[in-house]
Amino acid sequence: MDIFLQQLINGIVLGSIYSLVALGYTLVYGIMGLINFAHGDIVMVGAMVTLTVARLLSDSGLPGPLVLGIGMLTAIPACMAVGYLIERIAYRPLRNAPRLAPLITAIGVSILLQNLAMMIWGREYLSFPQILPTRTMAVGGASISAIQLLIVASSTIMMAGLSSLIRKTRLGNAMRATAQNPEVATLMGVNVNTIISITFVLGSALAAVAGMMVSAYYGIAHYDMGFILGLKAFTAAVLGGIGNIEGAMLGGLLLGIIESMGAGYLGTLTGGVMGSNYQDVFAFFVLILVLIFRPSGLLGERVGERP
Amino acid sequence: MTQDAKLLEVRDIGRTFGGLAALSGVSLTINRGEIYALIGPNGAGKTTLFNILTGIYKPDSGNFRLEGVEMAGKKPSELAKSGISRTFQNIRLFANMSAIENVMVGRHCRTRASVLGAILGNSNTRAEEKSIAEMAKHLLDYVGLSRHAHMLARNLSYGDQRRLEIARALATEPKLLALDEPAAGMNPLETDSLKRLLETIRRDGVTLLLIEHDVKLVMGICDRLAVLNFGKKIAEGEPSQVCSDPLVIEAYLGAS
Amino acid sequence: MKKHLKLAAYAALLLLLPFATGLALGKTWVRILDFALLYVMLALGLNIVVGFAGLLDLGYVAFFAVGAYCYALLASPHFGLHLPFWMILPIGAFSAGIFGMLLGAPTLRLRGDYLAIVTLGFGEIIRIFLNNLDTPYNVTGGPQGIDLIDPIRLGPVSLNQPPGHAVYSYYFLFLLFALATAFVSTRLQHSRIGRAWAAIREDEIAAEAMGIDTRNVKLLAFAMGASFGGLSGGLFAGFEGFVSPESFTLTESIMILSMVVLGGMGHIRGVVFGALLLAILPEALRYVGPLEQSLFGKIVVDPSGLRMLLFGFSLILVMLLRPAGLWPSPTRKRELLAHGETAKHENTDIYDAGR
Ligand SMILES: Nc1ncnc2c1ncn2[C@@H]1O[C@H](COP(=O)(O)OP(=O)(O)OP(=O)(O)O)[C@@H](O)[C@H]1O
Ligand SMILES: [Mg+2]
Repeated sequence: MDIFLQQLINGIVLGSIYSLVALGYTLVYGIMGLINFAHGDIVMVGAMVTLTVARLLSDSGLPGPLVLGIGMLTAIPACMAVGYLIERIAYRPLRNAPRLAPLITAIGVSILLQNLAMMIWGREYLSFPQILPTRTMAVGGASISAIQLLIVASSTIMMAGLSSLIRKTRLGNAMRATAQNPEVATLMGVNVNTIISITFVLGSALAAVAGMMVSAYYGIAHYDMGFILGLKAFTAAVLGGIGNIEGAMLGGLLLGIIESMGAGYLGTLTGGVMGSNYQDVFAFFVLILVLIFRPSGLLGERVGERP
Repeated sequence: MTQDAKLLEVRDIGRTFGGLAALSGVSLTINRGEIYALIGPNGAGKTTLFNILTGIYKPDSGNFRLEGVEMAGKKPSELAKSGISRTFQNIRLFANMSAIENVMVGRHCRTRASVLGAILGNSNTRAEEKSIAEMAKHLLDYVGLSRHAHMLARNLSYGDQRRLEIARALATEPKLLALDEPAAGMNPLETDSLKRLLETIRRDGVTLLLIEHDVKLVMGICDRLAVLNFGKKIAEGEPSQVCSDPLVIEAYLGAS
Repeated sequence: MKKHLKLAAYAALLLLLPFATGLALGKTWVRILDFALLYVMLALGLNIVVGFAGLLDLGYVAFFAVGAYCYALLASPHFGLHLPFWMILPIGAFSAGIFGMLLGAPTLRLRGDYLAIVTLGFGEIIRIFLNNLDTPYNVTGGPQGIDLIDPIRLGPVSLNQPPGHAVYSYYFLFLLFALATAFVSTRLQHSRIGRAWAAIREDEIAAEAMGIDTRNVKLLAFAMGASFGGLSGGLFAGFEGFVSPESFTLTESIMILSMVVLGGMGHIRGVVFGALLLAILPEALRYVGPLEQSLFGKIVVDPSGLRMLLFGFSLILVMLLRPAGLWPSPTRKRELLAHGETAKHENTDIYDAGR
């Protein structure tokens, strides 16, 4: 088996998921300059909902992909609602408050979501029913599974869709205007509140899809899975240049590849001293290095210094 | 031996923002003890020049010297320490601190108490703390705010906030005090007393650099002035000279 | 005169409290008091960073861990070292301070949000290392942690003597340290450094323009806060006699942050109040489990989840309704009236990425 190729494939799959989540951070940050700490937990909600639906339907005899689709279509509105509520309740009232305030409520929301999830779904790891074919395809010494293909394909489609939404539609124009300067946008007739709500809801929809992917791919879900995932996706967003849509996609892919290469080779490189149990550490070091050497990220322009 | 008359020399400063040349090739010299004004239409680049002189922006080109020492590229705190202090066009006080605390913060770079000193409260630290408080009181008195010493900065009236900013800047013992539209939002009475304050400051040996839209105030108080338009210096000299400069008249009429 | 009386009353209260508690509620509750005092120290330490300087640190427990493991490694059979506590505590505080600076350094140039995320990650990373550094050399004892840690000894007397009464002796030791921490915090707040922190919290650009080297002063806040955490960690290790990564989770960081926020950021008495409240109140939730059992015959809501829910809610509600905390300082109270103003000055974008 070709380890390099296999890890590259795994990295791309992982990276596609990171990209979707990173987009949520970047969208919200771009529009309102806020890191939505609870974003990772929205992904968790997506995972939990999909998993619940899949469990309910796993014996119904419906084909696996269809079950997954139904799960996703349930998770998306659920996450959208959660995202909308979070923005309305925890962030909007604080829009003019000192910067520390929304950061703290964001932490509060994250704790709340995790513990509500724990009460609903329990503290155990939940396993995802085996509904997708486990068949794999061989590609030059490595193998790709159906779910991997599905993940890469659907995240590509979603990202392409988002890109053109932002570039080509009126809504996208309004979003970009708000990101540039909310006051001017208001003068031009944009309803900034609506735009911010839509941004949250969009990001949450992406998170729902990412949640579906994570739980189906790894086969498990857990109430605090959103924390590390969120941290990594945020790193991906910073790596690409936070606030930059293409940057989030690139950053996600890169981080996925770095991580999976690292996990694959770290043991060999360090003579077995460090193993894949350190996988979660990479993202953190990547984050620190980016912040030191290129805080604007790979694709971030020199952000205007305008006060 | 007399001291060099030149306090600040600005040479060929340029700065662009995403293609827009906010400043290009601006040079000027400010002499010790004078009141030097900077005027120009909105967006001419006056505040940008201030931001460069106080280290908040780095110039793309050019440099400036204070008392012959190269200053470009230094951090704002280093420039404050070297003797350039400022006020802000959009008042930036420490809103939730009292007036006197605001001024005391200005003493930071001229004092040295360390963490250890603060914890132990030894006699040096106590003496220093006392001198900080006294100087702050004196400065509040100087700008006419002593009766509001313990009010939160945010609760002061607009004019008083502008004065407090001046007191805070003076607390750093500047050689050059740069004021960005100090009279903005003041009524004629307040403007008048501001004018007297500025004259007192000058008399006490601080050189003043002043951005101001109030033409009457500027012409009545400054020794020399420069006019900026679209990031370029279009005139410089004494008030009477500059007033009659056709370029200046055009800039102002053209802009309005 | 009246002031002296008041002081004497407070002193008597603090001295008698553990005995009264022990008599009335039993030794478990004296132990809870001991922990409450540790939390007071931790909350005061975090308050320096969050309350004074306005920097959000979400991984504060990592510094607590550094202090605790320092103590555990230097005073236990694990490496066969048995240094006295008066040497180890400063070492722990110092190491934690260094970690604090290393962590703060890359982010202090940037906006506060980045610091929050980096500290959040750091808290987890420290735990991952603590969990895994038992191979190839056994440094941290891995998930099992380190056992048989020496008790704190004053001269020849171990605080674990007489057996079974350790909770009382540690109460007085912790009380001493908590008072010292409060004293140091107060001194710092009303010093040149404390004013510089406040200035940075209010308006970083103006602070820098007024001659404050914001980078150094922020690092200082970080180091000071971290070393308070390290100190408490050492005390914790000596008290418990056992450390493991379990004790240093994100939950713990969140709890300490909630204490600071709930009590009143930047207000020392408020923070002490918040720490005591959140250290003692959740203990009462222990009774919720048995209560549910007897009422419904089963556990309906997980009590520990309930505790976290409480924290989450309190963070949100306090920020929305009483941003200066339950017991705000007198000046901060006035500011509640007009809140929006600060935001206009928050032009931190100048220091954004890509400077
Ligand atoms: N950080 C920035 N980013 C982008 N453009 C900027 C920035 N700062 C200033 N500018 C632009 O530079 C030009 C000069 O601005 P500046 O604030 O220096 O003008 P000014 O002379 O102070 O005007 P006013 O009298 O209105 O205060 C303006 O066109 C402004 O939009
Ligand atoms: Mg201006």
